[in-house]
Amino acid sequence: MAFISVFDVIGPNMVGPSSSHTAGAASIALLAKKMIGEPIKSVEFTLYGSFAKTYKGHGTDKALVGGMLGFETDDVRIRDSFSIAAENGLEFCFLCNNDEDEDVHPNTVDMFITGQSGRQLTVRGESLGGGKVMLTRINGVKVQFTGEYHALIVIQHDHPGVVAGITSVLSSWDVNIAYLRVFREEKGGLAYTIVESDEEITEKAVDVIKKNPAIKDIMLVKR
Amino acid sequence: MDFNSSSELLALCEKGMSIRQVMVAREVTLGETESETVEAKMKKALSVMRNSAHTPIKTVLPSTGGLIGGEAEKLSKHMESGKSICGSVMTKALIYSQAVPEMNASMGVIVAAPTAGSAGVLPAVLFALEEEFNLTEEQLLDGMFTAGAVGYLLMKHASVSGAQAGCQAEVGSASAMAAAAAVIMMGGTPQQCFDAASIALSNLLGLVCDPIAGLVEAPCQSRNAIGAANAITCAEMALSGIKAVVPFEEMSAAMLRIGVKMPGELRETALGGCAATPTGCAHNCRIFGGCK
Repeated sequence: MAFISVFDVIGPNMVGPSSSHTAGAASIALLAKKMIGEPIKSVEFTLYGSFAKTYKGHGTDKALVGGMLGFETDDVRIRDSFSIAAENGLEFCFLCNNDEDEDVHPNTVDMFITGQSGRQLTVRGESLGGGKVMLTRINGVKVQFTGEYHALIVIQHDHPGVVAGITSVLSSWDVNIAYLRVFREEKGGLAYTIVESDEEITEKAVDVIKKNPAIKDIMLVKR
Repeated sequence: MDFNSSSELLALCEKGMSIRQVMVAREVTLGETESETVEAKMKKALSVMRNSAHTPIKTVLPSTGGLIGGEAEKLSKHMESGKSICGSVMTKALIYSQAVPEMNASMGVIVAAPTAGSAGVLPAVLFALEEEFNLTEEQLLDGMFTAGAVGYLLMKHASVSGAQAGCQAEVGSASAMAAAAAVIMMGGTPQQCFDAASIALSNLLGLVCDPIAGLVEAPCQSRNAIGAANAITCAEMALSGIKAVVPFEEMSAAMLRIGVKMPGELRETALGGCAATPTGCAHNCRIFGGCK
């Protein structure tokens, strides 16, 4: 984090009690919800470390479900997220992984999400403190994604020219790329290109990028 | 427009800018936003703080762990009975300092300042002084931006994380921020803000983070009281002309050095201090189970 805003000091505005265990948890889930981009049918949460040990006392569970319902960190509906989830037909369950040998950040959650169309997504999020979060895995591939910018997550076959195609489409739509990083499982396997931009990226630009047959899927994440 | 130390900020103030103006200009240039947006966001934070500092006085809120609740109401009734021993400003600060953690522990909405665990300190000082001295919203916003300047420097060069440097980094930092806010709101100089902040930090050096059952309830709530009282005390000292013996930057570096030397048991792991007392352990077992 290069720039520390005054609102990083006096903020976030949040449902208590903990910026890492409550606000951070809500942010992680909200980011994952934006990624899948469709109404969610069910979520399985696996909690690690301090999340697994103390989630009930910190409302981490309510915050995670609240995020999946689209609630921001200062939305008081987080308190009643379980009953709101029931009303909306969102199924969820919590598992705890207390294996001390797991090499994970103390505040880590894995989310296995199934959308109403049957689309599936697995995301790992870490709550870094003060409400700051990072997604560190998408479908098992190690990534780094904070959601602080507008973003495009492209799942592609690891072929030459795919990234160049993405950037040329974005430049023709006048999108200024702030960060672009490629993460992959193995050479020639599936790769994840994460493009972060200052401007919102439009659905139409996404449709053009999708025309490349090497691209398997695209997730558009608005800030 | 940026500054990296209190001396750089004070140099900008010498040229005629207020700390608030510098903080807004920073957001506009580095955060790529408009000054109106910055002012509106701070007003929103003030309104959230106001609600969180007042609601629990009238409505007792149950905390998730059951360790706290009702403290603000008790203190308020005690004040109304005329038996308060603290004087008006301190008593009001005490009430608000307890209300916000109660709101926080009941999953109400608060403003982390700089953290959720220390969120009661700054509102306590803002609203106690507002009532006693009829301060305007503009004066409160001056206080918030000034507190933000102190907190920014601590976040950048020291720590505001209990897990990293103990409660001195949370309530200690909040207290330094609130002390600076009090000085500017009561007509002090930017230099006096940093004198007050340095003294406030020094008074809480070494304070450990030892939450019972790992929850943001006890002793967090009552430490917000000492953070607020310390802020008012140090602001009064600076306003009287007392200077900090050790400058703010050196004091924040000292705080960080002490923090990294603290054993892990005393840095938010709930393995030492209050959390490790027989009573603390018993609460942990009651709340989370799993005891032998």
